[in-house]
Amino acid sequence: MAKTYEEINEKIRQGKAVVLTAEEVAEMAKTASAKEIARKVDVVTTATFGAMCSSGAFLNFGHTTPGIRMETIELNGVRVCGGLAAVDTYVGATDCNPQNPTYGGGHIIEDLVAGKEITLEAWGKGTDDYPRRHVKTLITKDSINEAYLYNPRNAYQNYNVAVNSTGTTKYTYMGTLLPRLRNAAYSTAGELSPLINDPECRTIGLGTRIFLCGTVGYVAWNGTQFHSTKEVNAHGIPTSNARTLAVVGDLKEMSTDFLRGVYYEKYGVSLFVGLGVPIPILDEDLAQRVSIRNEQIETVISDYGDNYHILGKTNYAALRSGEIEVNGQKVRTAPVASLAKAREIADILKAWIQEGRFELSAPVRPMPTGTSVKPLEIRGFKDETGIQ
Amino acid sequence: MTQKIILTFPSEVSGDPIIYELIRTYDIKVNILKAEIQPGQIGTLLVELDAEEDKVEQAKAFFTSRGIATNPVSSRISYDESRCIHCGNCASACFAGALRITPPDWRLHFDPEKCIACKLCLKSCPLRLFSIEFSPLN
Ligand code: SF4
Ligand code: SF4
Repeated sequence: MAKTYEEINEKIRQGKAVVLTAEEVAEMAKTASAKEIARKVDVVTTATFGAMCSSGAFLNFGHTTPGIRMETIELNGVRVCGGLAAVDTYVGATDCNPQNPTYGGGHIIEDLVAGKEITLEAWGKGTDDYPRRHVKTLITKDSINEAYLYNPRNAYQNYNVAVNSTGTTKYTYMGTLLPRLRNAAYSTAGELSPLINDPECRTIGLGTRIFLCGTVGYVAWNGTQFHSTKEVNAHGIPTSNARTLAVVGDLKEMSTDFLRGVYYEKYGVSLFVGLGVPIPILDEDLAQRVSIRNEQIETVISDYGDNYHILGKTNYAALRSGEIEVNGQKVRTAPVASLAKAREIADILKAWIQEGRFELSAPVRPMPTGTSVKPLEIRGFKDETGIQ
Repeated sequence: MTQKIILTFPSEVSGDPIIYELIRTYDIKVNILKAEIQPGQIGTLLVELDAEEDKVEQAKAFFTSRGIATNPVSSRISYDESRCIHCGNCASACFAGALRITPPDWRLHFDPEKCIACKLCLKSCPLRLFSIEFSPLN
């Protein structure tokens, strides 16, 4: 017995929709069949809260009198994009001033969301229609025109586990990796993770309404490096980094509870993004998919000290037990993304739907299929790596 | 047993090879966790002594005989809990097991007893929530 989006939305409007989080439905699946779940459950909420470097915000500052064509732009001393018309910019989460590497784009975005004042300084060459050559002023999210988050690559469908086999500590975006395999860092929310619960993106596509950093957002496109042909395990789950989402939402409505600028030692600035995706249980196949449990989700162990060399495979039940085995050695595990926060998001999204405040949208275009990720070849020039 | 203490050196002994003597005479494993010594000035040293209890006591008597004050150390690492997002980066680095993200709540738990003041968490927290303070226990 299949359901339609409209039927589910009608139930949501009447406050009758049955909504569970992905962890709750995984628990239910221990005793209920996919058929029963499909009949009883309307929506399953999934979530993640982790560092997503490929994030950023579009801002429009408004025009001064006389006007300026901003060609070099700084926000709190951090250079941001000057290549968007006269008074638009894009603040990349990893933008930073090398003189002060611990504060950057991610922090500017957090400060904007928090309502703090930001120093805007910009320079232009002066044109006939925009004669001004310099401006310095204070802005807040309320003083400027649009401010929206547009993240080109979020919510990775699975991610590798990071270890370091070398003799020295490595500082990475997966955190501090201690020498000689003394820790293993993992970042995916396992059975709660969005793209794990709808691995082929049957219900997640362009226009899917989601939770983004405390407000309603949308899936805008397939994320960059969208890899839809990765090897899958017996449960249909890709065993490493695969699909991704590009998402968009109104920064002015967001909350710093679910968006944080961060700095990784010797790596740089990034942004913690909180994202929740509702999965409509349209049929038995989807009921089966959302029933996935941590032990059924596998991922590879990658040596960040040795060119991402794959050292083996593990699963999320093992990772959460606190210890895995790598090369015959027992290795302590720890997450580097927040499961506690992801659960909070899944619960909030669940409440929004139960209260009839959040309806589901069917994708206006499905995600692409048959895609893979190309490496960047060096050609036409001598390969000068500059590695020290 | 291991015990952490802060040693405060008066200026006249801060150039002496005290730790060398300690290791040689008392056969104690000494882990220097933090040192602030300038020869000719008052210096402080945070050390962890790893030995039988009576040897640790002998070591303390040795320090006292040299005019070095010994103070047990209070939990010196702290973090701003209100801003913590329970990401686990600090726990991943904390090989001493003082910081842990554990079920069922998967929130950060800090056990100061286990802290060896290695300071890895200071660098590892992407929100820079940790600070360290060396304060003697009263
Ligand atoms: S100082 Fe070292 S041992 Fe203490 S809490 Fe931080 S990482 Fe753990
Ligand atoms: S690294 Fe910082 S934010 Fe993350 S759990 Fe530790 S204290 Fe909290």
